[in-house]
Amino acid sequence: MADRTLDELRDLMVASGGVDEEVDLSDDILDTTFTDLSYDSLAVLELAGRIEREWDVVVPDEAAADFQTPRMVLDYVNERAGVN
Amino acid sequence: MSRRAVVTGLGVVAPTGIGLEDHWAATLRGRSVLGPLTRFDASRYPVRLAGQVPDFVTKERVPSRVIPQTDHWTHLALAATDLALDDADARPADLPEYEMAVMTASSSGGVEFGQREIERLWRDGPRHVGAYQSIAWFYAATTGQISIRHGMRGPCGVVVAEQAGGLDAIGQARRVLDEGATFVVSGGTDAPFSPYGLTCQISNGRLSESTDPKAAYRPFDGDAAGYVPGEGGAIVIVEDADAAARRGVSRVYGEIAGYAATFDPPPGSDRPPTLRRAIERALDDAGVPPADVDVVFADAAGVPELDRREAEAIGAVFGDHGVPVTAPKSMTGRMYAGSGPLDLVDALLSIRDGVIPPTVGVRRIPADYGIDLVRDLPRRVPVRTALLLARGYGGFNAALVVRAVPDAVAAADGTTVPR
Repeated sequence: MADRTLDELRDLMVASGGVDEEVDLSDDILDTTFTDLSYDSLAVLELAGRIEREWDVVVPDEAAADFQTPRMVLDYVNERAGVN
Repeated sequence: MSRRAVVTGLGVVAPTGIGLEDHWAATLRGRSVLGPLTRFDASRYPVRLAGQVPDFVTKERVPSRVIPQTDHWTHLALAATDLALDDADARPADLPEYEMAVMTASSSGGVEFGQREIERLWRDGPRHVGAYQSIAWFYAATTGQISIRHGMRGPCGVVVAEQAGGLDAIGQARRVLDEGATFVVSGGTDAPFSPYGLTCQISNGRLSESTDPKAAYRPFDGDAAGYVPGEGGAIVIVEDADAAARRGVSRVYGEIAGYAATFDPPPGSDRPPTLRRAIERALDDAGVPPADVDVVFADAAGVPELDRREAEAIGAVFGDHGVPVTAPKSMTGRMYAGSGPLDLVDALLSIRDGVIPPTVGVRRIPADYGIDLVRDLPRRVPVRTALLLARGYGGFNAALVVRAVPDAVAAADGTTVPR
């Protein structure tokens, strides 16, 4: 299965947590921290839930708690895609 | 020494309209805005009518980031807060963050959000319940979201006392002014329409099952057959009078002069209900004799036994036909946490414009109720002091006294009453 892309992650972020007025998700946000994107820990947890349901990759709460940036999410997902 | 609590901003999101003047014009028109409950498919429920906020477009009034995290009831309150802040000409960013407080009321909590997530739980399993369920449903969510959005870090809380809670929240707002707060966002909204939300209400046995919007909710009528539920409410800005003056506010609607809450004895007790005591204590707290009260905004349960009890309490304090009584909620339905704050808005506008809004739908009041109900048409009369009453299912009673501050009383020859 092809790797998940930042664009796909952006769609999921918009669907799960909306977009802050001050944030432009279309920027290069791969290494921008979720804090800077106005995504608090609960928003990341919600994102992890969406990934489980829509991408079929299990993300335990402890793994979600370690996500700092979109790149870390994509790395986690793409390493495990097809493994589950 | 207690600080003086004044109201400097009003934000309305109600079945009568969004925004102060639309709401007030609709209220003085004296026509019920009750209609079929459409927020969900209620065709298989015994309660079919509701008061619903018309034309509320969430994405135009609530930041997109907040919408998926919060329930409709919080959306209504966030929108009302923006209107109230604007009306008070207040910019939270310019005010001391630890002196800004948030005290709201809630009764149903996030039942629409919760309905959706519980359906997912049963249909798809626990992994399908969204993380935001944890913060969206619970009663303090609205207070919390207002606090976060506007950087208000002073005392924050929520009162849950069914219909009485909206007045209790205003009472709490006044109280925190003695604890260092100078600026309080208060009031409340409710959005009680989802299958489980409505089912919870039906269980109290007091909802009207009528399908005729004109006859469904007629408080103090001998044929009253329950009440119609409504959504929405009002958010108000309560400030310390001195701090408001320092801030340079140009308009003060009135003063929160007195407040009291009581709790009824349990069913079957030989002790009397305590609404009368709440009235007396609130008047005492305000230092206002009954003869100085110009209007009573009644709880108006729409259940004969409860209407009679309220009429008796009012009569015991004010005498037979001793004070004008009104219940504009007969037009909107009972909005639970939202009703007391909307009554507060109406009371303050009565003071401003010298006109009491009417109660609608009432045909015949039992003579022994002894109340002077303002019916069908607004009554022009100078208003300086108003008493507001609210009762919450389970025994809650709240009474609030508001009065004019100098220069806030309109002559009764105002021209703002539409015909």
